[in-house]
Amino acid sequence: MTRITDIGPPHYEKFLHPLIKRNYGHWLYHETLAPGVLCHVAESGERIYTVRAGSPRLLSVSTIRRFADLADQYSGGYLRFTSRHNIEFLLDNPANIEPLKRALNEAGFPVGGTNNSISNVVHTQGWIHCHSAATDASGIVKALMDRLHPHFTREDLPAKLRVAVACCVNMCGAVHCSDIAILGIHRKPPQIRHDTLRKACEIPTLIASCPTGAIRPAVVDGKRTVDVIEEQCMYCSNCFTVCAAMQMNDPENDGLSIWVGGKVSNARSEPKFSKLAIPFLPNNPPRWPEVVSAVANIVDVYARHARRFERLGEWTERVGWPRFFELTGIPFTRYHIDDFRYAGLSYARSTHMRLRP
Amino acid sequence: MPEDQPKPTPLLDELETGPWPSFVTEIKRAAENNPASADLLGLLERSYQDRKGHWKHGGIVGVRGYGSGVIGRYNDIPDEFPNVAQFHTLRVNHPSGWFYTSDALRTLADIWERHGSGLTNLHGATGDIILLGARTDQLEATFQDLTAAGFDLGGSGSAMRTPSCCVGQARCEWACFDTMKFCNNLTQAYQDEMHRPPFPYKFKVKASGCPNDCVAAIARADLSIIGIWKDDIRQDDAAVAEYAAAGLDIARDVCARCPGQCMEWTGAHLTIDNRDCKRCMHCINVMPKALRPGVERGAAILIGAKAPIVQGALLSSVLVPFVPEAEIEATVRELLARIWEFWDEYGKNRERIGELIQRVGMAAFLDGIGLEPRPEMVAFPRDNPFVFFQKEDTK
Repeated sequence: MTRITDIGPPHYEKFLHPLIKRNYGHWLYHETLAPGVLCHVAESGERIYTVRAGSPRLLSVSTIRRFADLADQYSGGYLRFTSRHNIEFLLDNPANIEPLKRALNEAGFPVGGTNNSISNVVHTQGWIHCHSAATDASGIVKALMDRLHPHFTREDLPAKLRVAVACCVNMCGAVHCSDIAILGIHRKPPQIRHDTLRKACEIPTLIASCPTGAIRPAVVDGKRTVDVIEEQCMYCSNCFTVCAAMQMNDPENDGLSIWVGGKVSNARSEPKFSKLAIPFLPNNPPRWPEVVSAVANIVDVYARHARRFERLGEWTERVGWPRFFELTGIPFTRYHIDDFRYAGLSYARSTHMRLRP
Repeated sequence: MPEDQPKPTPLLDELETGPWPSFVTEIKRAAENNPASADLLGLLERSYQDRKGHWKHGGIVGVRGYGSGVIGRYNDIPDEFPNVAQFHTLRVNHPSGWFYTSDALRTLADIWERHGSGLTNLHGATGDIILLGARTDQLEATFQDLTAAGFDLGGSGSAMRTPSCCVGQARCEWACFDTMKFCNNLTQAYQDEMHRPPFPYKFKVKASGCPNDCVAAIARADLSIIGIWKDDIRQDDAAVAEYAAAGLDIARDVCARCPGQCMEWTGAHLTIDNRDCKRCMHCINVMPKALRPGVERGAAILIGAKAPIVQGALLSSVLVPFVPEAEIEATVRELLARIWEFWDEYGKNRERIGELIQRVGMAAFLDGIGLEPRPEMVAFPRDNPFVFFQKEDTK
C-alpha cells in the first residue's frame, strides 16, 4: 500500500452547508435573534441560522458523536467550531432553533457567547497535558464559568468581554491581548537535580535551550553540570523541556496573575496588550476561589461603570488606571511598574491626573 | 489491561458540579472504555493534590518522514500511571473555517477511539484538531488512518505552523477577501515547510476577513493578513432610520465612538466623511443592516506578532497597507519567500521574525526584502535624532 503524505487538510467545500455554498461571498447583513442565535441574510434573500453553544474544548469522542447526532437531527449534519472553542450548528430551518437549543441545554451545553457577552474562555492545556504548566487551565475555566455563565447566556455587558487562561508565560493563544487574562506563573528559577542531570541530560543542548543565556556550565562535587544565573531566568521552562532534571514546578511559589484591558479587534481603539492587575494569587485547586472572585469583581466593576460599547481597556483609558485600582480595591504595588525592555514608555509622562481632594 | 479499580478523584469530582460543561465529565466518558484516559484522570487528580504538573517532554517522537505534527509527552510517575507513560499529542490540520459534517466528525472519532485516548481538543490554540494522548507505537497507525480518511498533520516546532482563518465569506458579510480559500491554498502550498521544520523558529500565518480580526492574527501571527476596504462605506439610509427608530442612540453610540470622528447624525440623516474613516468597523458592527464595507476590497499585511517568550510580546505592524483581493495570495507568497530568506540569513536560533526586526530595525528589514518605506508603517516618524545615514546619501 502506498503511504499517503503531505495531502494537507480536507477541502472545506466538502463540509459546507448547501445554502452556504449557494451564497458564499454574497451575504448582506446579519441579526441577532437571541443570545447565541444569529441569522445571516444573503443577497438572494436566503437565510442561514446559527446556534452557538459553549463547550469545554476538551471533548471525548462520545461527546463528538453526540454533537454529530444533534447536527443530523437539527442542521442537516452541518456544524462548525469558532476560534473561541464554541460549537455552531448551521440551520436552514428556523423551526429547528428552539428544539436544538433545548437539546443543547439538556445535554449541558449552554447557548450564548454572542455580541456583548463573555464568550467561551480561550485556554491552554495546563496540568492535563503540558510539561511547563504552572497551573491547570481547564479547572480554572470551569470554576470561573460556573460563576460567570449568566454573562455567557445573556448579552448583558457594556461590550464584549474576552477572557483567556494561559498556564505559563509561553501563552499558547492570544492571552496577552484579552479583556481579562489569567496567567499561570512560576516565580523561581529551576531547581537543579545534579545527580539526575549528569545521567539524563546533554549539557551543551541544555545550555543552548535557554533563550536568555542564563544557563552556564559548572562543576559541582568535582562533576560537570550547570548552574543558572538567577536574575536572567524568566521561568519559561525551555530547559525543563530538554532536561527533566531542571525542575520548574513549585507548589508553594507557582500561582496565577491577572491581566486586564487588552483587545485584538481594531473596532474603535487600536489593538492593545493586557496590563497587570494582580501580580500573584495562589494555586488553589479544584476551584481556585481567589482567582474566581478576583475576576468576578473586575467584571462587576467594569459592568457597573463602563459606557455602552466600551471594552474594559477603553474604559480604563477613559477613567484612568488610578480609578481602576480604586474601584476594584486591588492594591497597586511595585510589581505593576514595568522594569523590562522599553519600560519607560509606560511611565506617566505628563501632569494629566484626575486628582480629587 | 490493568485490573485496578478506578482510583477515587474527589477533587476532580467537585468540577463535575455547576452549570458550565465539565472537562472532567469528558475525561470520565473517555475512561469508560479506555485505560489511558482512566490513568489521565488519576494523574490529574494527583496534580490537583500536589499543585504541580506531572508531564515531561523527554524525546522526539513522530511519524515517518515528518519532523512535526506530534508533541512527545511522558509522565514523571509512570509506575503509578503506566497507561499514560507515553501520552503524545497529534496535531491534525483542521479544515479552513473549522467546518465539518457530522460524518467527518464521526470518522475522526472512530480513528481516535481505535488508536488513542479518545480525548480531543476542538480545537487547540494553533487551530488544529488536537488528538490528546497516544502511545509511541500507535502514532504511525493513527497517521495512516488519518491520511486514508483525507486528513493530515499540522505544524509544530520550528516550522510553518498550521495556517488558520476566520469564517470569512462562508458566513460573514464583512469579509473583505476569501479567507478560507486563501488559508487552504496557503496550507497546501507549504506542506513541506509545515511537516519538515526548516526555520530558526516557528512561523505563523493567520487570516481575518475584516479588522474585527476574529482569529487574533494581529496578536499572534508572524504574518497577519487582515481584510480591509479602500473606498466608501456602503450606506442604506432607510436601514439607518430603522436602527434610530428602534432606539439606537446614533449620536452617542456610533458617531461619538468613531475614532476618525468622521460621522455626523443630524437626528434624521447620517453622513460619513470617508476620507477620515480608519476602517475600524465599529459603526458597521453596531448597524450591520445599514452599513457595509466598500466594494474595493483587499487586505492589509502586517508582520511580527508573538507571545512574550523570548524578548517580550509584540503586536504585528503594517508591512503592506493594502493589497487588492485578487493579488493577496501571490503577494503573500512572494513576501514569504523574501522574508524567509532574510530570516534564514540573519535570524538567530529561536528568534521570531518580529524579534529579528526589532533587533536589526524595520528599515534594514525593508531593505533586505526590497520594500519601500511608507508612512502607514509607523504610528509616527522617529523622534530621536540619532539618524544613521547611508553612505550613498552623503558626499
